[in-house]
Amino acid sequence: MSAITRDEVERIAGLARLELSEGEAERMAGDLATILDYVEALQALDTSDVEPTANPVPLETPLRDDRVRPGLAAEVAVAGAPHAEGTAFVVPKVIEGEEG
Amino acid sequence: MSDPLGGVAELRGALDDRRVSAVELVRAACARARALDLNAFTHLREEAALAEAEDSDARRARGEARSPLEGIPVALKDNVCQAGEPAQCASRILEGWKSPYDATAVARLRAAGAIVVGRTNMDEFAMGSSTENSVHGPARNPWDPECAPGGSSGGSAVAVAAGVVPAALGSDTGGSIRQPASFCGVVGMKPTYGRVSRYGLVAFASSLDQIGPFARTVEDATLVLEAIAGHDPCDATSIPEPAPALAGALSGDVSGLVIGLPREYFASDGADPEVLAAVRTAVAELEQAGAKTREVSLPHTPYAVATYYLVATAEASSNLARYDGVRYGRRAERVGDLLDMYRRTRSEGFGAEVKRRILLGTYVLSAGYYDAYYRKAQQVRTLLRRDFEEAFAACDVIATPTAPETAFRLGERAADPLRMYLSDVFTVSAPLAGIPALSVPCGFVDGLPVGLQLMGRALDEASLLRVADAYQRRSDWHERRPPEAA
Repeated sequence: MSAITRDEVERIAGLARLELSEGEAERMAGDLATILDYVEALQALDTSDVEPTANPVPLETPLRDDRVRPGLAAEVAVAGAPHAEGTAFVVPKVIEGEEG
Repeated sequence: MSDPLGGVAELRGALDDRRVSAVELVRAACARARALDLNAFTHLREEAALAEAEDSDARRARGEARSPLEGIPVALKDNVCQAGEPAQCASRILEGWKSPYDATAVARLRAAGAIVVGRTNMDEFAMGSSTENSVHGPARNPWDPECAPGGSSGGSAVAVAAGVVPAALGSDTGGSIRQPASFCGVVGMKPTYGRVSRYGLVAFASSLDQIGPFARTVEDATLVLEAIAGHDPCDATSIPEPAPALAGALSGDVSGLVIGLPREYFASDGADPEVLAAVRTAVAELEQAGAKTREVSLPHTPYAVATYYLVATAEASSNLARYDGVRYGRRAERVGDLLDMYRRTRSEGFGAEVKRRILLGTYVLSAGYYDAYYRKAQQVRTLLRRDFEEAFAACDVIATPTAPETAFRLGERAADPLRMYLSDVFTVSAPLAGIPALSVPCGFVDGLPVGLQLMGRALDEASLLRVADAYQRRSDWHERRPPEAA
């Protein structure tokens, strides 16, 4: 199961919104194959009746009162954005239609 | 060059006796940070820190010192947010970004009177074991500048080891506090998962990440942990318990306490024999002090690194999806549509190790592989937790080497990711099980420090600190100063 092709690496990169150069994709395929080969060892363990652990110190989901309370102001939230106008994040046009 | 700063206890005495002011301490820390050629700091905030130090001195003069940390200069790893300061996480993608708020741990440190002087170098987004994966270049080990300080919190470990600050915060996901503490000859602690709020810690792997202290003594690390620990409603995984009073645990008394020695960690092929010898000698010293030892077994240890790299990368691939060129930091220039913006921003902004982990994490979460990799790893995580539950039925703390080796040379592992991952072999289990663990200096091999790791039951930081403090009372490794920082 552990062999991973360059095509597969490129498919995964697409899912992760990454672009890899040819050289990068080649190198990553090699690295990932080595790592996946190593983690293959887990398959030797019988875990059929074992519950998965998502949180090592399980807690009940905490709830708070449904009341308005101060949060991060919009101006502050957009202050660190690479491109903002007023209190909005500016992104390339998403909806097709007339040129803006 | 300016002199190294002493520990918290020493500085506190000097501040109380008016032999030094907080302003002078901040100046000294910044001067020393600049003078040392170790690339430990990525940012100094001297002007703001000096203003805060003046306030601190004024409080002390009025008899209103807030805590034992009043006026003490500290440093933050560059993934722990402070309002108005950069938090670049050693990544190109967060270039120029400034944090809009204080992490809870930072707010608590500042409320205790501590003064943040600057931010420390790290592996990008805390992914690495050497502080080489940094957009700022590698930090250097003060014991040998050709060696790595460990990572990912390498800059904080160096800052403390080199006497720039008496204490610093780091974050530990798979060993990122303990392994650099071991490599640099300082104390470093990862608290129980949920003990310290993660609010304002830039997320890497959310079910593993914890903030924790570095210091030269256990006593100092305890003061910092007491200041930052405790429930925080801003972190849903924060344990709803008050901050524990820990100073009382430092009694020096370990008589009757049982130290478990897991045979899997002492296997002769698993670690440098001289590292193992130093750890055994330290354990013998604790036996002299009245502790008992017994062999225990953590049978799933050989699966821990594989489990860790599956869980951590899966969570990382999800957490790092937020860096898309919209909300933070840097966006690629002249982008076309939205998808093009995402791809180019992320491809230009992330370094190779971060990309590798995002790819691995995306792969193990993707359709057809989820059960075989991610769910499997979560199940083995349960087995690792059970190992510890069984072991702690027979002992109070577990002692092991922190790392299988002393500091390796810079560049030595850069081309071999799996080999780099294996340097975490002794540190990944504690975060997978959620239990607290620390590293305390226990010797040297060829001039490089060795760390003794102690792991404890969930929420039982007190026993770890008691044992580590008892050891420091009987050893002087922590009093040695690295040659690069003399």
